[in-house]
Amino acid sequence: MKGLLVLTVLFVAIFGKETFEGDQVLRITAKDEVQLTLLKDLSEMEHLQLDVWMEPIDLSTPVDIRVPFTSLQTVKAFLETEDIPYSIMIMDLQVMLDEEQDQMLSARAAAPRTTDDYDYSNYHAIADIYSFQDMLVAENPNLVSKIVIGQSYQGRPLNVLKFSTGGTNRPGIWLDTGIHSREWVTQASGTWFAKKIVTDYGRDAALTAILDKMDIFLEIVTNPDGYYYTHNSNRMWRKTRKPNPGSSCVGTDPNRNWDAGFGEPGSSDSPCSETYRGPEAHSESEVKSIVDFVKSHGNLKAFVSIHSYSQMILYPYGYTSTPCKDQSELHDLAMKAITDLASLYGTSYRYGSIINTIYQASGTTVDWTYNQGIKYSYTFELRDTGRYGFILPANQILPTAKETWLALMAIMEHTKDNTN
Amino acid sequence: MTTGVLNPSHYPARRAATVVQHYLNTRYGSPYRWIFLSKVHSGSAEDMAEMRKYQLELTMQEMISNVSGQCSAELLFPGGEGQSAPQVQASCEGLLQSNPTAQEEAFYQQHRASNNMVSGSNIPDSYGHMEPSMKPFWHLGGVASSCIMLRESNESTLYNMAQVANFTQLETEKDQLRFNYHVLLHEMISQEIIHWKLLVTWSPEQGVKVLQTELQPKCHDCEAPPNTTN
Repeated sequence: MKGLLVLTVLFVAIFGKETFEGDQVLRITAKDEVQLTLLKDLSEMEHLQLDVWMEPIDLSTPVDIRVPFTSLQTVKAFLETEDIPYSIMIMDLQVMLDEEQDQMLSARAAAPRTTDDYDYSNYHAIADIYSFQDMLVAENPNLVSKIVIGQSYQGRPLNVLKFSTGGTNRPGIWLDTGIHSREWVTQASGTWFAKKIVTDYGRDAALTAILDKMDIFLEIVTNPDGYYYTHNSNRMWRKTRKPNPGSSCVGTDPNRNWDAGFGEPGSSDSPCSETYRGPEAHSESEVKSIVDFVKSHGNLKAFVSIHSYSQMILYPYGYTSTPCKDQSELHDLAMKAITDLASLYGTSYRYGSIINTIYQASGTTVDWTYNQGIKYSYTFELRDTGRYGFILPANQILPTAKETWLALMAIMEHTKDNTN
Repeated sequence: MTTGVLNPSHYPARRAATVVQHYLNTRYGSPYRWIFLSKVHSGSAEDMAEMRKYQLELTMQEMISNVSGQCSAELLFPGGEGQSAPQVQASCEGLLQSNPTAQEEAFYQQHRASNNMVSGSNIPDSYGHMEPSMKPFWHLGGVASSCIMLRESNESTLYNMAQVANFTQLETEKDQLRFNYHVLLHEMISQEIIHWKLLVTWSPEQGVKVLQTELQPKCHDCEAPPNTTN
């Protein structure tokens, strides 16, 4: 009896775990009915042990077959003799499975329990960023609080982290990232900025001086519906996700929806356009919530809205070529900011007004905030200049965040020094 | 339209310079040579009959070797009703060698035999990652895209390749490697993502040729399967 048990265990041990070393998955496209029939016959040859992933149905659908290593030569020779085109979809199935396994294990293990565990050098799903925000507040209750300024169209919270060392309605600095959801390096950088602030308060003299006088407000996922959509459906989604009545096209460009030159050249009136301005100014809750916050706060002195890509620091205006009245000061400050930014890794930024440097754009965030009296209103465009574009490799997140922080510090320090 | 001396920081010079970049890739690009604009030093624009003429002094950088070179370029954007491509002339120092490199030759030999057709998708993936073996195909996609981007460019556009959606190798024909490519282009002014299907050939001798192009309809809500990390 015991012998039988041992034998059974051995049997299961040897034959239970299958390995796919050297196996390949071929994608085969039959050119005609004759070839299709040949493929069906091939897949039925037992001794080849072929594992059909996608059946031969018709000529327009490719056939995917896992071919064990031992049958590879035979199968390929057959396909070539019969002149049946194929390509190798998976070079070595076991290698791929091993990689997947590693990834799943590391993903499970890495659900961070503190903001010190959080992986800043990777892109995260929206749920992870929301957890991060709550952890940061819990770890730094005397410095950080979370304000929910509104809800997205689909009901997601619009969270703003407030960094404050006290006082009542101190002058404030606003930073936002992720207003255009496909610009992933921005939300990732925003997360890093949040951690940077709590790390540097009490350690870095310049940041401490800023926070002793002013509050910092940081909205990391400014367009949460869009961000979720880029993870689950379309990596290149830019706008909000609010449907447009009478159109099959969804979403409004949140950076054309502000009441500054709204409706003028530099935005589109077509819901299908990526720069659709929306039915009216502030129609998007993602925008209106910030508008309401800014107005009710009443004491913001700087406003930086962060985008990617192009490597630029831009100041108003986008909707008109009339220079803004603080042009000279904003220009000089932008120059200081890009110089500080470049000091870290040599990354080269351009700067100037929106309309001169990039294009005419109406209804933009910083044109509105500037017209509200928030003098130090800037739009940033982070890395890179087009090689990767929106899909910036994760290993560039930290360098991008760190160099951008130097530019932000330049602006925040100047704001502090010019605010009563 | 800006005329006269151009501010190198402002968009008119920048857009024209990007057209030169597309031109250089069309002429000289390969799976191991992909050129990007590094800096605009100076430029000027003038109106000429039905056309707009630009002159530019630029630095371009080749992305794989990291070699930079100075370039002088002249562009003509045709005016009027027709949709014809800009004409570009450019000469660069130190950047463009005419002979195929050892890497290009090795890559060509590796893939020209018909029994090992390669394919790939989402290059780079959502996280900016790609398998090392896919890199030359990414570069090739970028270079092939440059042919279309050059053709489609005018003074109101700024194109970059956003992603290679997928590519499939076809049988080698007349000693040219052949591929079907589906690429996503990003047009900066409209912010649109434009899908193109391309039939591309390449050999070290002949360079990159785009034999067929097919504009794909805009899918308003592309329900693509989620991208996973590789």
